[in-house]
Amino acid sequence: MFKALLTRWKFGNRTIGFPLEAPVLPERFLGRPIIGPEPCGENCAKCFEVCPTTAIEIVERHPTVDLGRCLFCGECQQACPAGLIRFTSNFSLAANKRSDLLVRHDAEQKLVEKLHVEMLRLFGRSLRLRQVSAGGCNGCEVEVNVLGTIVYDLGRFGIQFVASPRHADGLLITGPVTENMRLALQKSYEAVPDPRVVIAVGACAISGGPYIDHPQAHNGAASQLAVDLFIPGCPPHPLTILDGLLRLLGRMPAERISRL
Amino acid sequence: MSSELALTCRHCEIVRYGEIPVLGYDQFADTVARAISDGDRLVALFVQPEERAEHRLFAISTVREEGSLRICSTLVGNAYPSLTLRCSQAHWFEREIAEIWGIEPQGHPWLKPIRFEAAPVGITEFFSVPGADVHQVAVGPVHAGVIEPGHFRFTCSGEAVLHLEISLGYQHRGVEQALRGGPTPRTIHYMETLAGDTSVGHATAYCQNVETLGHCHVSFRGMVLRSIALELERLANHAGDLGALAGDVGYLPVAAHCGRIRGDFLNLTAFLCGSRLGRGMARPGGVAFDLDEDQLEVLQQKLDQAFADVSMTAQLLWDTPSVVNRFEGTGILTTSQCLELGIVGPPARAAGVEQDVRLDHPSDVYSFAQIPVSLWHTGDVFGRAHVRWLEIVRSVEFIRTRLITLHAEPVRASVKALEPNAISISLVEGWRGEICHVACSDGDGRFRWYKVIDPSFHNWAGLALAMRNQQISDFPLCNKSFNLSYCGHDL
Repeated sequence: MFKALLTRWKFGNRTIGFPLEAPVLPERFLGRPIIGPEPCGENCAKCFEVCPTTAIEIVERHPTVDLGRCLFCGECQQACPAGLIRFTSNFSLAANKRSDLLVRHDAEQKLVEKLHVEMLRLFGRSLRLRQVSAGGCNGCEVEVNVLGTIVYDLGRFGIQFVASPRHADGLLITGPVTENMRLALQKSYEAVPDPRVVIAVGACAISGGPYIDHPQAHNGAASQLAVDLFIPGCPPHPLTILDGLLRLLGRMPAERISRL
Repeated sequence: MSSELALTCRHCEIVRYGEIPVLGYDQFADTVARAISDGDRLVALFVQPEERAEHRLFAISTVREEGSLRICSTLVGNAYPSLTLRCSQAHWFEREIAEIWGIEPQGHPWLKPIRFEAAPVGITEFFSVPGADVHQVAVGPVHAGVIEPGHFRFTCSGEAVLHLEISLGYQHRGVEQALRGGPTPRTIHYMETLAGDTSVGHATAYCQNVETLGHCHVSFRGMVLRSIALELERLANHAGDLGALAGDVGYLPVAAHCGRIRGDFLNLTAFLCGSRLGRGMARPGGVAFDLDEDQLEVLQQKLDQAFADVSMTAQLLWDTPSVVNRFEGTGILTTSQCLELGIVGPPARAAGVEQDVRLDHPSDVYSFAQIPVSLWHTGDVFGRAHVRWLEIVRSVEFIRTRLITLHAEPVRASVKALEPNAISISLVEGWRGEICHVACSDGDGRFRWYKVIDPSFHNWAGLALAMRNQQISDFPLCNKSFNLSYCGHDL
């Protein structure tokens, strides 16, 4: 008992200051890419060729990156001869609409808008989620679990993962929705009382990720349900997930809402 | 396998496809069964189609204490007499073969799909026991926590579990099928997502195969950095598991500290390559990221700090009699059961089976530097926890020693075109145990097929046995002490 207290005292408080304080991210972390204004070289498709999930499209000689498909491997950044694609350390990646996940050279980032008034009144201070792992590699589950540790301490925002969908206000879905998980996902969704939110976490749950168009999988949660929040990454950094959830609930402090 | 009939090779060595012996079925079955009874362990048993309409059944076994592998094959039609009747280790493999290829192992004692490729998932006949007080408890696929889906069917008499039947397949997403014809830009990402918490382990096994077939020699620095990423992956997961075990017996201080310390190890991996799970680090030819002198210094310091923290926390666990009491004697998997089923990794070592790929089949930097095998003798939850702790100590020591012996050189070498019509077997000691990848190239140097065996594939049956005569309420604790992968199994 005494030793346990001593250890507790020695370790001190380990909860990060986010969202009030800017977090520290690893130097090599790849966040939201930005795309240079110049047009691509004539017939150059090098970024397209190296992309593992065809997340890049070249539209009128400008690359467009779909964060919903992106695995954040950085191959395109290395392949582009003109250095047009550059990954930044911006970890705010989540969006309400699938189309807001497209990164273009001429468009501003559209950040998550909070839920509408009635939903916010219900969930803004207390959101209980049932997580459904619908295929995939367990990487997203690993990072979602991390939110429960003392470092991120999700409970301080009133967000909690619960055991039963009947106790939940919504689903947090990871994985591409394998055919073998389709029914279980559907049943879990139906067991959540209305109104409910649906959150898709990770490239798999948004687009199918590395398993796009596999006959055994369904290209993500949106193929089955209406999704309210898309959180990209493979897997997303815990901060990316937390950032998305807080913005959805209108819990992001004013000074961080505009600053990226 | 008697050596004259099977081809003896080492892992990470080019084997000509044409040189793999094709035996008559009876000879094949005798060879495999005799080898297993002589002490070999079945590493892989799988079917792949030949160019003609035939199917070829391959068996790979590891020769105890020799560091070599034996491989042989036979041609099978729609059915063949089951090997499982002669060696239990073939049980799960034969179910997989029957499911994928529709080839029936005749006489197999419990032939059911393991991934439900074509049948509705989970709908199957479960093992049943007659009796008035016998009842079944069904759990999953969606569990109470944030974990992967799987279905568990307990047959109980009161609190006691007579048998646990494990029905998986919910994560099946067709990876092996998609690997054919590769490598493509997506191949390495398939490898890193076979089991997300073993990204480095599986990616390393793949890299070793491509390097073997592509005649590539990885620099020493490249090997060292790759092994550091692999050991960090082990550290993060083992630390997390100790915390989870503490949580399952209600000792919350350790659960809380270990959750954080696990994150510290993940952050160290992110310090190497930007990804907490080590995505993007291991690449064919070595690694994608180097560290300069200052960064190596920082890595050393952060590692020391994390190790000091995990030591202090683990000590709390061992010093708390109520925790040790709950661990001891719970979920025993005996040495003979481990050997019979071919269990790998910490559950085997916890039962005194001296088996570790880093010692038995060293490759990369493990050929030059040995990590002592972490052993215990009880085979219970305590043993599996203690082996994890010993491995934490030894992995940290290994990384420390490697960091001071590094000299400057490129970290990634180029890989040539893959050798045509050849196979390479690659083994890696992932944190869960032996990872086996078998790559086979066609005439153009593309993957004719690619076979993956995650350690969980061997070990799920072990969890079922460990649960016999336990209380059903001990299941979370037993399950955590194995901590097997669903996606690595389902592929």
